[in-house]
Amino acid sequence: MGLFEKIKNGLAKTRDQLVTQIEWVISGKPVDESVFDEIEEAIILSDAGLETTEILMTSLKERWKRGQVKTSEDVKKVMSEEVERMLSGVEVPATANSGKPFVILCIGVNGVGKTTTIAKIANIYAAAGKKVLLGACDTFRAAAIEQLQTWADRLRIDVVKHAEGSDPAAVAFDATKAAKARGIDVLILDTAGRLHTKANLMEEMKKVKRVVGKELEGAPHETLLVVDATNGQNAIAQAKTFNEALSITGIVITKLDGTAKGGFLLPIAHSLKIPVRYVGVGEKIDDLIPFSAKEFSRALFE
Amino acid sequence: MFEKLQERLEATFKKLRGYGKLTEDNIKETLREVRVALLEADVNFRIAKEFLEKVKEKALGEDVLMSVTPGQQFIKIVYDELCELLGATNKPLDVSGSPPVSIILVGLQGSGKTTTAGKLALVLRKKGRRPLLVPSDIYRPAAIEQLTKVGKQLNIPTFAVPQLKEPLAICKEAKAYAMKNGFDTMIVDTAGRLHINDEMVNELVDQKKFLNPRETLLVLDAMTGQDAVSIAGTFDAKLGVDGVILTKLDGDTRGGAAISIKAVTGKPIKFIGIGEKFDALEAFYPERMASRILGMGDVVSLVEKAQEVFDERQAKDLERKLRKDEFTLEDFKDQIKQMKKLGSLESIVTMFPGFNKVKGMINFSEAEKDIKRVEAIINSMTMKERAHPNIIDGSRRVRISKGSGTSVNDVNNLLKRYMEARKMMKKLTKGGMKGLQRQLFMR
Repeated sequence: MGLFEKIKNGLAKTRDQLVTQIEWVISGKPVDESVFDEIEEAIILSDAGLETTEILMTSLKERWKRGQVKTSEDVKKVMSEEVERMLSGVEVPATANSGKPFVILCIGVNGVGKTTTIAKIANIYAAAGKKVLLGACDTFRAAAIEQLQTWADRLRIDVVKHAEGSDPAAVAFDATKAAKARGIDVLILDTAGRLHTKANLMEEMKKVKRVVGKELEGAPHETLLVVDATNGQNAIAQAKTFNEALSITGIVITKLDGTAKGGFLLPIAHSLKIPVRYVGVGEKIDDLIPFSAKEFSRALFE
Repeated sequence: MFEKLQERLEATFKKLRGYGKLTEDNIKETLREVRVALLEADVNFRIAKEFLEKVKEKALGEDVLMSVTPGQQFIKIVYDELCELLGATNKPLDVSGSPPVSIILVGLQGSGKTTTAGKLALVLRKKGRRPLLVPSDIYRPAAIEQLTKVGKQLNIPTFAVPQLKEPLAICKEAKAYAMKNGFDTMIVDTAGRLHINDEMVNELVDQKKFLNPRETLLVLDAMTGQDAVSIAGTFDAKLGVDGVILTKLDGDTRGGAAISIKAVTGKPIKFIGIGEKFDALEAFYPERMASRILGMGDVVSLVEKAQEVFDERQAKDLERKLRKDEFTLEDFKDQIKQMKKLGSLESIVTMFPGFNKVKGMINFSEAEKDIKRVEAIINSMTMKERAHPNIIDGSRRVRISKGSGTSVNDVNNLLKRYMEARKMMKKLTKGGMKGLQRQLFMR
């Protein structure tokens, strides 16, 4: 299956919902002002948020006034163009060349799929012939270390781990040290899920980052925020707060294979301009694909 | 919790208070702002629309226009409608019937089922039940280990047999085990799955058919967006859901999902998860939640919680001591202990109205550490020192600081604070509330 096919499948439900609604609204009727309310509804239902909805609607209405939007095909085209324009700036593929070992720190709120995503990323790099090491810095949640270990066993890569309840910064330190000593190409650090509102847990994560940076200059080279497509507007708050505290350099959006639309990616891209690296579209190890603005919008509005 | 929605509504109402009465025009503007607030809170678009239509209808009626303070009246209407949406009363957990009674937890990946299973077991044990944890998530790596570890932490038995590799088989064996060993309640944790994955949902249907649970509970992330309606609706339609547990409400999610799922499925929200610790599961009270949304705070919750843990006899004893000026450091320590029973500082503080504004400014973990330090210091004192703090001289201070792993400065601070508290309480008992107020505000 090609990349486009895959993201298309992953986004099928999203697209269906939006497109069906637009088509239902427009079928047979000429596009006039009354249909805008319902198009607006469709965008809001995608969790894009009111601000973004307004931006999209304003642009749609302007082009409609200029006579550029006449049919449902035009509506889709305009929408697709707008979405792509909003997202094109954040389509920056992940690379792991700016450091050796290249250290990736994975963060996010509880239950977004950090550990699974790490396994998928590890798989991508391992398949490309890179030497990958994992660091089990989620020392808080019961059996989080075992979960990462199980994935690592399947992928035949090593994990640096301490006992449950130990200091995550100490694990990060050891993992970084080990990565240097063993000539590792990519080190990925798993961390405990934390709500961005918990000041003490954010401090803990700052410490992890600091410790890694002290052991290896420039590290972590990538601070990757994982967000759950099922979330609504809170995802924006997550991105903002995590970014303020930890300077995110990349975003992964997971669980796009459900019915949730992940429209919050638009306001995040618009206001924070942080690169979106990957999209998670399933539970299998290869269900992680590079983010593409064009295909994302094409799959949504084609 | 619900803070942002609360803030928005508060701002809206403030605006409204500026007018003498409600007119069609200013209702329109307010309604628009409430709409924005609801949508930003992730309340489903259609639910929000219905809600606003109802509120508008009522607001334009006479009862609003005739009221003395239109702002208050409007808050009442919004409050009533929110209450109605969230459901009339709290529905307790149903564990009736012949044991072992089953409770099955279902939901999407990452919604917090396993953690909630542990919390629920704790709630049931407090009620005098004998729960058995049953992990049936054979898919996610280390999911069964996770629940087993949770069980160990809580000292609640877990039915984990590595040879069993099929959810239905696990349920069957677990039930037999529960019957044989006298467990009256089974809490069955299941694998996270998408509501649209028919194969996986059917697996749940089979488990449910066999277990015939009293409660099939949907565990849903409070941060869920517009899709909450389709998730809850589909699980309910395909599987049949008896209630919902809303998790991760301790963040700053606006929590509109609560309103959406209740409106769409009609199923009650039974519990809310408000923290990572295993006692951070609370009953869901619609009225309280609605009050919270409207900025009235959750004073009711706090009062009830306080009643639960404060021993009345102890309280009287304390009052007598205060009157006689016998309030010792030992009593001071008891007070701290009582406070701790209420929950974490953070969870107590959020129950007060208006505290949302300062919440971000307080470092709760620091404050909790401070309390621990105070306890340690008092524990390092002799009984005589606790009763007569005046005898604590320099060398005693050094000994106490060493014993408690703190500094002499910490000990000095504590003694200073204790003396101040004592002075304050003396004023309180002598001059009553007025005396205290004068002390606090007139200086």
